[in-house]
Amino acid sequence: MELSGAQILVQSLIDEGVECIFGYPGGAVLHLYDALFQQDELKHILVRHEQGATHAADGYARATGKPGVVLVTSGPGATNAVTGIATAYMDSIPMVIISGQVSLPVIGSDAFQEVDMIGITRPCVKHNFLVKDVTKLAETIKKAFYVATTGRPGPVVIDVPKDITAPQITVPYKYPEKVSIRSYNPIVTGHKGQIKKAVDLLLSAKKPIIYSGGGVVLGEASKELIEFTHTLGYPITNTLMGLGAYPATDKQFVGMLGMHGTYEANMAMHESDVIIAIGARFDDRVTGKLDLFCPHAKIIHIDVDPASISKTVKVDIPIVGDVKPVLEQMLELIKDSKLKPDSNALALWWNQIRQWQAVNCLEFDRTSPLIKPQYVIEQLHEVTKGDTYVTSDVGQHQMWVAQYYPFDKPRRWINSGGLGTMGFGLPAAIGVKLAFPESDVACVTGDASIQMCIQELSTALQYNTPIKIINLNNRYMGMVRQWQEFSYQSRYSHSYMDTIPEFVKLAEAYGHVGMRVTKPEEVRPALEAAFAMKDRTVFLDVMTDQTENVYPMIEAGKGHHEMKLRVATGTSTDRELA
Amino acid sequence: MRHIISILMENESGALSRVAGLFSARGYNIESLTVAPTQDPSLSRMTLVTRGSEEIIEQITKQLNKLIDVVKLIDLAESFHIERELMLLKIKTSHDMRDEIRSMADIFRGKIIDVTPNTYIVEMTGTSEKLDAFIAAIDPDSIIEAVRSGPTGISRGEKGLHL
Repeated sequence: MELSGAQILVQSLIDEGVECIFGYPGGAVLHLYDALFQQDELKHILVRHEQGATHAADGYARATGKPGVVLVTSGPGATNAVTGIATAYMDSIPMVIISGQVSLPVIGSDAFQEVDMIGITRPCVKHNFLVKDVTKLAETIKKAFYVATTGRPGPVVIDVPKDITAPQITVPYKYPEKVSIRSYNPIVTGHKGQIKKAVDLLLSAKKPIIYSGGGVVLGEASKELIEFTHTLGYPITNTLMGLGAYPATDKQFVGMLGMHGTYEANMAMHESDVIIAIGARFDDRVTGKLDLFCPHAKIIHIDVDPASISKTVKVDIPIVGDVKPVLEQMLELIKDSKLKPDSNALALWWNQIRQWQAVNCLEFDRTSPLIKPQYVIEQLHEVTKGDTYVTSDVGQHQMWVAQYYPFDKPRRWINSGGLGTMGFGLPAAIGVKLAFPESDVACVTGDASIQMCIQELSTALQYNTPIKIINLNNRYMGMVRQWQEFSYQSRYSHSYMDTIPEFVKLAEAYGHVGMRVTKPEEVRPALEAAFAMKDRTVFLDVMTDQTENVYPMIEAGKGHHEMKLRVATGTSTDRELA
Repeated sequence: MRHIISILMENESGALSRVAGLFSARGYNIESLTVAPTQDPSLSRMTLVTRGSEEIIEQITKQLNKLIDVVKLIDLAESFHIERELMLLKIKTSHDMRDEIRSMADIFRGKIIDVTPNTYIVEMTGTSEKLDAFIAAIDPDSIIEAVRSGPTGISRGEKGLHL
């Protein structure tokens, strides 16, 4: 079969099993779009800005586990995609991004819409390819998917010059079934000796804690993690990226850890004698000040990426491998071991943890006449029966979802953790809804974040992806304002916008339903009404307490045991800040 | 501590910039870098001299290994190895200095590979310290140009860095 480069690209994606791609046309990809037009197997979602394409593909990937695919043109199309590529890179999300490029003979001549996409994306991709020969195109695509989805996943860019896709040039096509790269061989199973050592250390622990992260979600190891944790009877905490990999309503779960984690999770980390980190990378938002991090603990670390091990925190027993097979290997050894968890020590340890839990660090003022954002999230949890996909943007609202929406299943919580990209939530929700049209999808956002990719409301209408947007509108960049209150004597430098659009009208202008919620008693009915409208995208503009802060908090330079707690409940003021 | 990292990598365009970019992005320093294709034209051999604590060197080697184009690498400083640098030195030679420069080059086992009425070019290989010593022994005002390759190296014995 002889095909043009454009046809090869489209057919390769189909043969790879790709169902839908997110993109935006332009000069350098016109041949490709023409090939897309002449087939109906591969669905294309037209976004309104290339950043939206990357986030939508990312949301699709996070919810399904399948790689997200993006198609953008050269130059500005490519640079607009970079934020979304970096977002996926930081959270290890498998994506393949196809960017158009100017024709090979004019590369380097500052041609119209030329940008060095390979150079620009090099630090924020797992790998990238410039296609210089149409006969290598199919193989390159296969390699890109292989690299993106294996080992520690990540985004891969394929830069395709326009002449490579020209319809006049056809070559024989066959999509490779398999591909191998001699310089790329991800490690899967763990080293047996290391695993034995780890199990011995784990079973001799008096104050153990399991600290698991996004790697468990990516590695589809939720079932193994649950069995592992139940077998040991140890407390478990999740990172922001790991939420849902272990059921949050299980009694062994002590909440998220880190900067806005629970008091009990952070105290348990600080006092522990053995930590097992599973698919987590000791991010600075998790560890707090490194010198103060877990001073008494021996640390076991399972990670598929050797470079994640001992990068910031020196670990005692590293295990390189996929979390799923490694946990299986460990479980087998634990079951066969003569050693059993020390039940007396464990009872004392749990007793201590229960005391920390009694501090009730997530309590907030429930009597306020203003809408408390935490209350909105609690109500969202109830209305959705704890089982919906929730995407978020970045800031206070993101932390409140992490704290007040207990996720019981992996891949339900879709947020930008590593890069912290505002504007992520709405396009990601569209991606999730396209993957799971029968499921409810909520996008929890804020009045600042939502405006960063709000144009995708148009995409949501075009492709009929009825999502529920819950805008916690505090008329501030809430997290910036909070830091300015704590660290800059309330000098609110540019964290307020004088003009915020009327979101209800804006939603209506885009063809959706807008609802404004101003009183606490309206929250529940509004949420119920929104979710009852199965076939409409609903924008709930919820006017929340401007002064509310995210508690508890580890401030910069502090350790896990130095959390700032809410001083007292009932201190909320009615004042408007601005 | 000084480390010499020897890298076998795919001989592809962009591979060098991936390594250089990694060093600048993560704040590691490169003292010197040499690179050329090997006897297998699909592979390049890169020798990179860097300094850092054990933790940093461990991160550097892990991050390098993570690059898809990197096939294999070793830290030569960890074992017995031979290290050489090439230097080409253009020296101004007044008539009465010519004998002295020539004998100095002999002592350091250098070769004079180009002669003009007023200049010599000396070719010399050795460890970086030896080349430093030669430069220090020459009147600095007479040096027109010094070109150094940066060190390259190979491990001793039967083991080697190959596919």
